[in-house]
Amino acid sequence: MVPIGHYLFLSAALLGIGIVGVVTRRNVIIILMSVELILNAVNINLIAFSRLVGSVEGQIFALFIITDAAAEAAVGLGIIIAFFRNRETVLADEMDILKW
Amino acid sequence: MPSEYFLAHIWLIPLFPLIGAALMLFIGRRLPNSAVSGICVGSVGLAMIYGFGAVIQLIARPVSQRVAEVVLFDWVPAGAMHMTSGRLVNFNAQWGMLLDPLSCVMLCVVTGVGFLIHVYSTGYMGHEGGYYRFFGYLNLFMFSMLTLILGNNLLLLFVGWEGVGLCSYLLIGFYFLRKSASDAGKKAFIVNRIGDAGFILGLFLLVNTLGTLRFTEIGPAITAGGFAVGDAVMTAIAFFLFVGATGKSAQIPLYVWLPDAMEGPTPVSALIHAATMVTAGVYMVTRMNAVFQLAPAAMAVVAAVGAATSIFAASMGLVQTDIKRVLAYSTVSQLGYMFLALGVGAFTAGIFHLMTHAFFKALLFLGSGSVIHAMSGEQDMRKMGALWSKIPKTAWTFMIATVAISGIPPLAGFVSKDAILGAAFDARPLLWVIGFITAGMTAFYMFRLVNMTFFGPSHVSHDAEHHLHESPSSMTVPLMILAVLSIVGGWIGWPESLGGSDRFSHFLDPVIAHREVSAAAETAGYGKDYALMSVSVLVALFGIWLARRLYLEHPEVPDRIAERFSGLYRLLLNKYYVDQIYDAMFVNRTKDLATGLGAFDRNVINGLGIDGAGWLTRTISLISMWWDSWIVDGLVNLAARILWVLSIPVRMLQSGRVASYALFIVIGVMASLFYYLHVSGVTLHSVLH
Repeated sequence: MVPIGHYLFLSAALLGIGIVGVVTRRNVIIILMSVELILNAVNINLIAFSRLVGSVEGQIFALFIITDAAAEAAVGLGIIIAFFRNRETVLADEMDILKW
Repeated sequence: MPSEYFLAHIWLIPLFPLIGAALMLFIGRRLPNSAVSGICVGSVGLAMIYGFGAVIQLIARPVSQRVAEVVLFDWVPAGAMHMTSGRLVNFNAQWGMLLDPLSCVMLCVVTGVGFLIHVYSTGYMGHEGGYYRFFGYLNLFMFSMLTLILGNNLLLLFVGWEGVGLCSYLLIGFYFLRKSASDAGKKAFIVNRIGDAGFILGLFLLVNTLGTLRFTEIGPAITAGGFAVGDAVMTAIAFFLFVGATGKSAQIPLYVWLPDAMEGPTPVSALIHAATMVTAGVYMVTRMNAVFQLAPAAMAVVAAVGAATSIFAASMGLVQTDIKRVLAYSTVSQLGYMFLALGVGAFTAGIFHLMTHAFFKALLFLGSGSVIHAMSGEQDMRKMGALWSKIPKTAWTFMIATVAISGIPPLAGFVSKDAILGAAFDARPLLWVIGFITAGMTAFYMFRLVNMTFFGPSHVSHDAEHHLHESPSSMTVPLMILAVLSIVGGWIGWPESLGGSDRFSHFLDPVIAHREVSAAAETAGYGKDYALMSVSVLVALFGIWLARRLYLEHPEVPDRIAERFSGLYRLLLNKYYVDQIYDAMFVNRTKDLATGLGAFDRNVINGLGIDGAGWLTRTISLISMWWDSWIVDGLVNLAARILWVLSIPVRMLQSGRVASYALFIVIGVMASLFYYLHVSGVTLHSVLH
């Protein structure tokens, strides 16, 4: 049986990649993909702990998060399309109107 | 047709002219002149036919039943009210028509003369603008005048009274573009209002005292009330009503509007300001004779005012040079005669003179209109002369009227004037003396007018002479009819002393309440009558002779006299400066009052009140504004400014860039983790186990 540390390491790596993606990339679509990575890092964590603890609750949470990720991707892409129609850009650093 | 068809339909008589007036008001502008004449003259003609029919049917009745009343509807059902005596009465004024011998006379005069003047106007006004307007007003006048004389109560009479006043105003100001005409209209209206104020007071007092205004009920109410002769309330009522009459009938002190009223078209002067409207006061006093006979003091005032007016106006007529103004003063003078008759209790003589005067004065005015028409609008007698052969029909008829007004037998004026003088002699010889002098003056100024206009050398200007022409038959035929009436009109009252039977007085007897005061002293014979007649005819002849002497045989003499007595002459010429005195006493004082009140309005009300309040509000608001913008706004702005300053570093964080926000989140999460893992002492190990 694979020890829990491996899972946590993989999860932490995915989280790190995701965060770096969210913070550094300019393209919103790639930012969204990075968010998916972060969510999946969480999923791996949940499932790993679920097996370790022997409880099914973690897996149920993971299912919720998958659903949530799908919904989030749909809404996010919708927002991006609407935004593109208005501003003809998907670059995050050009979306700077969200301020005072 | 039922036997008393016209008597049952007397309510239609005022209605015909009203319909005519309404048509003129609504569609008159679009009608051709011929249609306007047809409608308006036709409506008055119908009124005349119905009027004469009703009069004939009334005369056919026995003397005791000569009252016909048609009540159309309850007009002012005021309900129960307390009178001064404390009695409770049910006051009700009806819209009803009353025909009795008195209104018969008025009806004949108004519709007959009115119809003739309408016919005349079609010729006279033919070339004038506003033809339909003129006839509309005339018809409205006829409606009002017929309401006045046919109304069965004093309130309805007052409606007609005000209606004729309105029409008088409208017609005097007919040429409203001329300032003098519109001023004259206003003057007539305002002076009449003063009189009407008295009328209304009398009306109220009468309602409060008797509880009724219906003519057929006033007599019985007075009898039931048991008022003594000289009763104070009755005297007050009579006095107030007479004030109304002085306004409408141009007596001292309210006569000043009538000479100015000559600014109106000449047919108007004939119809309204000579024959009908101005006699409304005489009619009203006669109508209320039951009240007046209880008030000897008021009667004395009536007689004195009448006598004073007659001689006063006649003296002013002596020197006038405007043909219509001479006639205007003559009218005032003759109205004074009528009131003199009423004042001495000779009501029938007053009404008789009213009727004959309507004939010959209407004729004089219409004749003067014909002269003015022939002279292309010239009214100054000094620019006339020798017109006799140029306009013979006008001249002949005018001459007849002049002889009639001068009191030469057997024409109408002689009979009625003599009846008045006789009654005056019986009552107060002083009044007779005044009337006697006035009669001489009347003959003088009338023949002066005739001599200056129709005889002597011609002073007609070249232009006017070129257009000199006799008037069309629509104008001369009414003149001839009136001329006949001026001759024979007096014969129905031919005195008994001259072999007549004085039918007129006997006809009117039922409407005169006979009391001791009015019972004329019966003389043993006719000797006194003959003497009075002779001297009055003699004084008239003297006036005629003097006029002939001064204005035909020695035309330079009048100027010499005027020079010699220049003070008196100027006094008369300027009408005793009465207008100026009234201006100084009342008009200018009223204007001063208005100016003062205007200044008060502008300075005190406007200046202190309105502007002051405005200034105060503005000052307060300025202070308030300063407080708001510096203190209130200042505090708010200060708070905002502080926050603004504080927000500067924070604002720099809020770049709007999503990536930087995400970075903040990551940094925040890492900081939290660091806190949990290293600072708070919570270890991963403790979380897992």
